[in-house]
Amino acid sequence: MTAPVNPKKLIKGAEHDWEVVIGMEIHAQVTSRSKLFSGASTEFGAEPNDHVSLVDAAMPGMLPVINEECVAQAVRTGLGLKARINHRSVFDRKNYFYPDLPQGYQISQYKDPIVGEGEVVVDLLDGESITVGIERLHLEQDAGKSLHDQNPTQSFVDLNRSGVALMEIVSQPDLRSSEEARAYMTKLRTILRYLGTCDGDMEKGSLRADVNVSVRRPGQPLGTRCEIKNVNSIRFIGQAIESEARRQIAIIEDGGTISQETRLYDPAKGETRSMRSKEEAHDYRYFPDPDLLPLEFDQAYVDALAEGLPELPDAKKARFVADFGLSAYDANVLVAERASADYYEAVARGRDGKAAANWVINELFGRLNKEGIGIDATPVSADQLGRIIDLIGEGVISGKIAKDLFEIVWTEGGDPRAVVEARGMKQVTDTGAIEAAVDDIIAKNHDKVQQAKEKPTLLGWFVGQTMKATGGKANPAAVNALLKSKLGIE
Amino acid sequence: MSVDEKTVRRIAHLARIAVAEDEVAPLQGELNAILAFVEQLGAVDVTGVEAMTSVTPMAMKKRKDVVTDGGRAVDVVANAPETEDHYFLVPKVVE
Repeated sequence: MTAPVNPKKLIKGAEHDWEVVIGMEIHAQVTSRSKLFSGASTEFGAEPNDHVSLVDAAMPGMLPVINEECVAQAVRTGLGLKARINHRSVFDRKNYFYPDLPQGYQISQYKDPIVGEGEVVVDLLDGESITVGIERLHLEQDAGKSLHDQNPTQSFVDLNRSGVALMEIVSQPDLRSSEEARAYMTKLRTILRYLGTCDGDMEKGSLRADVNVSVRRPGQPLGTRCEIKNVNSIRFIGQAIESEARRQIAIIEDGGTISQETRLYDPAKGETRSMRSKEEAHDYRYFPDPDLLPLEFDQAYVDALAEGLPELPDAKKARFVADFGLSAYDANVLVAERASADYYEAVARGRDGKAAANWVINELFGRLNKEGIGIDATPVSADQLGRIIDLIGEGVISGKIAKDLFEIVWTEGGDPRAVVEARGMKQVTDTGAIEAAVDDIIAKNHDKVQQAKEKPTLLGWFVGQTMKATGGKANPAAVNALLKSKLGIE
Repeated sequence: MSVDEKTVRRIAHLARIAVAEDEVAPLQGELNAILAFVEQLGAVDVTGVEAMTSVTPMAMKKRKDVVTDGGRAVDVVANAPETEDHYFLVPKVVE
């Protein structure tokens, strides 16, 4: 809350600028085989109520028993967020009625969460970075799913998701624009995926955000906030914040006041609408769950989990910059997904790191994006791409031919060096052959030769012609040198 | 601690229990009697005493992360007043 006001991030109002203040509660589905308190499967897409135990259906007499892996996943996540790990935490009941909550309460953590304060460093597009405080992370059960569109008078309830472990990650109100909020969500997703504690699949609901938005005049105390529930894509998070901030500003500028409420974002209309009025505000009547003892572990347990953590994106980025001489921007692009970073490292090992980064980011990612496939499905392996780069480095092929070679390897596969041999793609460094081509072009274009003496930029045209005549295989440096001397250009 | 009529109505609503108007006053009396009874605990000085979570000191039992349950949709919906394709059917709820 004490972050300095950045004028670029303010929203223009009728009379003065407004600052938007955002905090996020992110629900991340814990990666585990079975549920938080039962032995039913967490697998997505099962038949209705097939992945439900009698515990999840809240049958009388059923008792919850905690899944030790879910606890470990929460601790790993806490460590990844550089957060305080609480050696003792308590499960509470959060009471409310809804048809997809058979217990009539959600088992959650209220006063004593498993993870306390931490922080996330978020890189923004302009190269700036901000530090977002994490207030807490706690473990809780997911609810079931209601379908409202199957029948005009009834809702259908499926409890497959009921009891699946969630981590609720609560940020401090440290975000000041929709861009920052999107970047924070993206970074958190990257960290979770590196840790392997949440798959981050937003389409399947593995990661959902509740976004708290308020506006104020810079320097003034916090305004009244509204909570936008269950936003399930990073793009919608940005849109929801923009529309909600403008709605609040319009109300205040018209002399009104904001009432604290829960709202929903409607992507089709591009606006938020009220979900529950304040009069019906929920009173969850939290109390410690008498079915569960406090969750306790020692530092040795935490240390063992810390030992097993992978290198996280921030550390990897710093290493790429230091070891491979990459720009912060390129390093960021490469570490966004662990698979991309691993691929890059395999290509860069023992080679020029910058050249490797250019090939991976521009050629490979460009091609993958075009085909709409992920790095895991790339037809060009890191080893193959590495060999292509080697061939350029050795002067066997030119950079231009290398792109053609990449295309061949992409569609047909094969060893790049063998492809170059078989198709005669080798760069011509034999000056005699290049000279013959150059002489031929000069002989056929007397007018241009004259012009080139006045206008040295015409050299480019001659280079182009020579490359064309040699099927792109002439060594560009040799062509340049020859042409300059023959045309008399300095 | 005691509750007024308004609180009684609110608690009933939160618990989704239908309470008729003429039941509110008697319920208020009963609740206040219970609260007064429990309030006797306030006489005990518990300064510095840690809350007891179990009679014998023990750690919470944990489960391995293996799938041991499920595949019993028929049992799960067996007591439901209405079902279709193993879904529970409830009166329409739209947020």
